[in-house]
Amino acid sequence: MFIRLENVYYSYFQHTPFEVQALKNVTLTIDRGESVGIIGRTGCGKSTLIQHFNALLFPTQGSVLIDGDQIQKKGSQLRGIRKKIGLVFQYPEHQIFEETVFGEVAFGPRNNGVSGESLEVTVKWALESVGLDYQELYRKNPFELSGGQMRRVAIASILSMRPEALILDEPTAGLDPEGKRLILGKLKKLREENGTTLILVSHSMDDLAMIAERIIVMDQGTIGLDGPVRQIFSQGEVLERYGIKPPTTAQIAELLRKKGFDIGEGILTAQELSEQIEEKILNGGCH
Amino acid sequence: MIEFNGVSFWFSEDETLIEKKGEVLHNVELVIPKGEFVVLMGRNGSGKSTLAKHCNGLLLPKKGTVIVDGKSTNQSEYLWDIRQKVGLVFQNPDNQIIATTVEEDVAFGPENLGVPQVEIRKRIDQALNIVGMSDFRKKEPHLLSGGQKQRVAIAGVLAMQPEYLVLDEATSMLDPEGRSEIMSLISQLRGSITIFHITHYIEEAVDADWVIIMDQGQIVAQGKPADIFNRRDQIYEWGLELPLVSETAWILQRRFPELFPSLPLKAEELVAALCSFV
Repeated sequence: MFIRLENVYYSYFQHTPFEVQALKNVTLTIDRGESVGIIGRTGCGKSTLIQHFNALLFPTQGSVLIDGDQIQKKGSQLRGIRKKIGLVFQYPEHQIFEETVFGEVAFGPRNNGVSGESLEVTVKWALESVGLDYQELYRKNPFELSGGQMRRVAIASILSMRPEALILDEPTAGLDPEGKRLILGKLKKLREENGTTLILVSHSMDDLAMIAERIIVMDQGTIGLDGPVRQIFSQGEVLERYGIKPPTTAQIAELLRKKGFDIGEGILTAQELSEQIEEKILNGGCH
Repeated sequence: MIEFNGVSFWFSEDETLIEKKGEVLHNVELVIPKGEFVVLMGRNGSGKSTLAKHCNGLLLPKKGTVIVDGKSTNQSEYLWDIRQKVGLVFQNPDNQIIATTVEEDVAFGPENLGVPQVEIRKRIDQALNIVGMSDFRKKEPHLLSGGQKQRVAIAGVLAMQPEYLVLDEATSMLDPEGRSEIMSLISQLRGSITIFHITHYIEEAVDADWVIIMDQGQIVAQGKPADIFNRRDQIYEWGLELPLVSETAWILQRRFPELFPSLPLKAEELVAALCSFV
């Protein structure tokens, strides 16, 4: 039990006529090493939810526990939590402010007292984890880099805190397909090599099909669905009620089933789909 | 018709804080024919936005010319006409809306053109009707969704009665719902106005009349969608990717070479080809 929310409610503008209830009675547990995709319509409470995971927001009611400890609004505890659980906002490159890539990525660990050689090692590791060349880039001005590179520098500047969990809000938004594949590939590798817990908010089901093992569907501030990725993405009709289209591969599989191809449920990748189709072709299968 | 004749462009050090080296556009030759739906694709930094901003003289070529219906953007006396003819919609819906209500925002363009009040009313009605936002005319823009804001931004451009609509990654910051709102608006507008749509999403290009690919400031390919997207290896070299439908078909094609005469771009095409094959 790494991150645990118990009966969490959250309201914006509480005690004013503009009060909006963004989370309603949310209970969930995320374990270490999981890879979780959080999906749902715009305004369903996804961003509010993830800001509870590292104590950027505090529940108006209910409690959040990190490794069993209930979060309280105490500075010393919060520092530890935010080091342990890193959050990368949408378009994080808009928040870059240092003049060099090194300075940007070193900012977090420096504030935590890391210096000298170990700071350099950390920055190097963080940059390489997102596929950027340390020697080539560390002296550069981040604003000279391409959009995709800036995005990766911004992610590295959170990674340099060596968090145990990384929360990313729409990490591939606005990137070209190549930049998108690169970031997803690096995140996957990060998890495999370091056991980093990944929590991704995304509107792209195709992206999540590549990287997530568990999917949480948010709906009007509550959890609509929560389960293994294959199980969730094979429920096309249910998903549509939550305003979500299943990944492209699942949609094709569904079309083929309607045409009499006996394609199994829970297909995620083009490779899996083509293997199933191949098998059906060899056995004959359209009605 | 918008013509690019040998257009090169670079940001000189004086003009921007960011030091840009080399040419952002290099010797671009391009024709956007009137009435067509043309899609431009290419990786981040390939020069797409810079090219878009040349279409109505927001940026002027350092070399070569951009000619809109016979008038060059290099001649300042034509710029007013050209900007009325060619409307631009940008990526971020929050950066383009300036007024406090939807209808005032749409009125901004025609007001600046000196269109008479009565006529402005008519144009607001028409434009909001086309983008399906008539019910929101008195609403405050910040209360709208991303897709709705982009539709208002498009209405603001339509109210100036342009002949060309340039959408510079207008869908890239939207959620899937917002994107599909804009795509269905495009198919509705198609034919009545020339549409030049810049996007990373290959799915948004499969219905285009013409597809143009840019890389490193140059046009590296153009053609009908089916021709362009059959060049799988190059697609990846250009930093793009095939739709998952075509990717699936490509894997199958290696096993069954006869299966697809050309790679299907849509799920229905893939399914139809499979059914006739089995």
